[in-house]
Amino acid sequence: MNRAHYRYFLVFTLPALAVYVVFAALPLVNSIWYSLYDTDSGVARFVGLENYVYLFTNPTTSERFWNALTNNLEFFAIHLLVEVPLGLLLAALLTSGRLRRSTGLYRTLLFIPTTLSVVIVGFVWRLIINPLWGLVDFPLLGDERTALPTISLMSVWQYVGIPMIFLYAALLAVPNDVLEAARVEGSGAWSTFWRVKFPLIAPQFGLIAILTYIWTFNGFDLVFALNGSAPGPNYSTDILGTLFYRTFFGSSGQLSDLDLGATVASVIFLIILVVTAAYFGLLHRRLRSYEL
Amino acid sequence: MRNNRDRAGSLVTHALLIFFALLAVAPILVIVVNSFKTTQGIFGQPFALPNADTFSLGGYERVFTRGQFVTNYGNSLIVTVGATVATLVLATLAAFALTEYKVRFAPLVGGFFVLGIMLPIRLGTVPIIKTMISWQLMDTLVALILVYTAMSLPLAIALLMTYFKAVPGAIKEAARIDGAGELRTLSITLPMVRPGLAAVASVTMLPIWNDLWFPLILAPSKENQTVTLGVQQFVGQFLNDYPALLGALTLGAVPLIVLFVVFSRQFIQGLSAGIGK
Repeated sequence: MNRAHYRYFLVFTLPALAVYVVFAALPLVNSIWYSLYDTDSGVARFVGLENYVYLFTNPTTSERFWNALTNNLEFFAIHLLVEVPLGLLLAALLTSGRLRRSTGLYRTLLFIPTTLSVVIVGFVWRLIINPLWGLVDFPLLGDERTALPTISLMSVWQYVGIPMIFLYAALLAVPNDVLEAARVEGSGAWSTFWRVKFPLIAPQFGLIAILTYIWTFNGFDLVFALNGSAPGPNYSTDILGTLFYRTFFGSSGQLSDLDLGATVASVIFLIILVVTAAYFGLLHRRLRSYEL
Repeated sequence: MRNNRDRAGSLVTHALLIFFALLAVAPILVIVVNSFKTTQGIFGQPFALPNADTFSLGGYERVFTRGQFVTNYGNSLIVTVGATVATLVLATLAAFALTEYKVRFAPLVGGFFVLGIMLPIRLGTVPIIKTMISWQLMDTLVALILVYTAMSLPLAIALLMTYFKAVPGAIKEAARIDGAGELRTLSITLPMVRPGLAAVASVTMLPIWNDLWFPLILAPSKENQTVTLGVQQFVGQFLNDYPALLGALTLGAVPLIVLFVVFSRQFIQGLSAGIGK
């Protein structure tokens, strides 16, 4: 029977494993492998870390890289500081116990932007903040100082539903007898939320923060949909995803370079991996131990 | 007094939620409403409903005559349905095996799959391009289906495992005693994990339909464009024809919004159970 188990296990998991390895896991590892080669001449030649040295010492590529990294950090920070608190507020309102039947309706409406494609989100907001329509007088997307915060807030508008749903699910899981006990002791809604519910859902924030980190450092679509592959003005909205795309795909004024593209991808992967590993290695378990 | 305070609190809660719900939905309504107007109507009274003077279906006419909307829709449908079905079949088999057969390396394989929920698959694009070129799958819908299936499997497997774990062992034992093979035993448990399958289908479809990255890179030609890429290019080409642009955007968004409203319960359940854990 045990041997049969092994056979069934293999037969049943193999198809999924094959697709997952060939088109997801292996390409990530191979990116690192390719970044160590030079294939410009048509023949793959092992060059060690030469591509990395070029990326960080060539004045243009290194300037673009650090610019994209800084922008990406800002993109992430705006999500963390605006999207997560807003998601918490919405989840708290949805679970305040004052809504009865309308909860589902609000939840669905609030989540609709998340179901849209970025092409639509970008266009809608570009139209709304268009000075021609008169709602905003200032070219928010045309100014280097405001372009990135503007795009970040559009993205927050689209994705606030995700932290909202996570926190909503966590708040629903708070046991009723705990809430009943608070009510019996005369605790009001405000203090019940901060002194009873919030500490119980606090571990969720760690997970939301790390997911936000991974998603924003993997970001591309909205910036590309709005500003193309050399996102202006003057690269002020360039993030790592658009830099990666431009490097391996090429754009006007830049040739496509697969080796350097793989190198950029590996650096981004490292940036994501180090922080994610640090989170799960150091923080996650400690946060989880406070959970119910 | 207590009652008055409760009523005030409930009023404030509703007021805030109505405000945020409007903030979420109004921009979409602005697009949909303006898509039924003439250009003058769009820029003259952007926030008014169409009236006899400003109403026009000209935008939609031009979308269908100048864009390739029917082709784009067909492509999106093939890719989304294809990848979703493939994900469901492969993930069901794998999740059943991972919960059913307690072989030594099962937790390892399970962990390897779950890791993929967080992996930024896009960063493997350069090797994916090379694989697709050597398999002669560049610029085909098959390439998209394969990549999206790989991308969706981790969350699908993690989700389905939680549902398979809840199936009582006695049912499977009874089936085996009756002489059912393992595949038959699996199919007997399927009705019990149906909510899981619905949750997986709904969380799988949405990111695939809306993705811009892989269609741009793996299937960019006119015949193979998905709706999302098609609308993106349409926006670039018809920059001054606002009625047509808004029509194209409406057509691109509406099917998914309708699908989401119908399946929102499954979707939200899938999202919170799959990643939140």
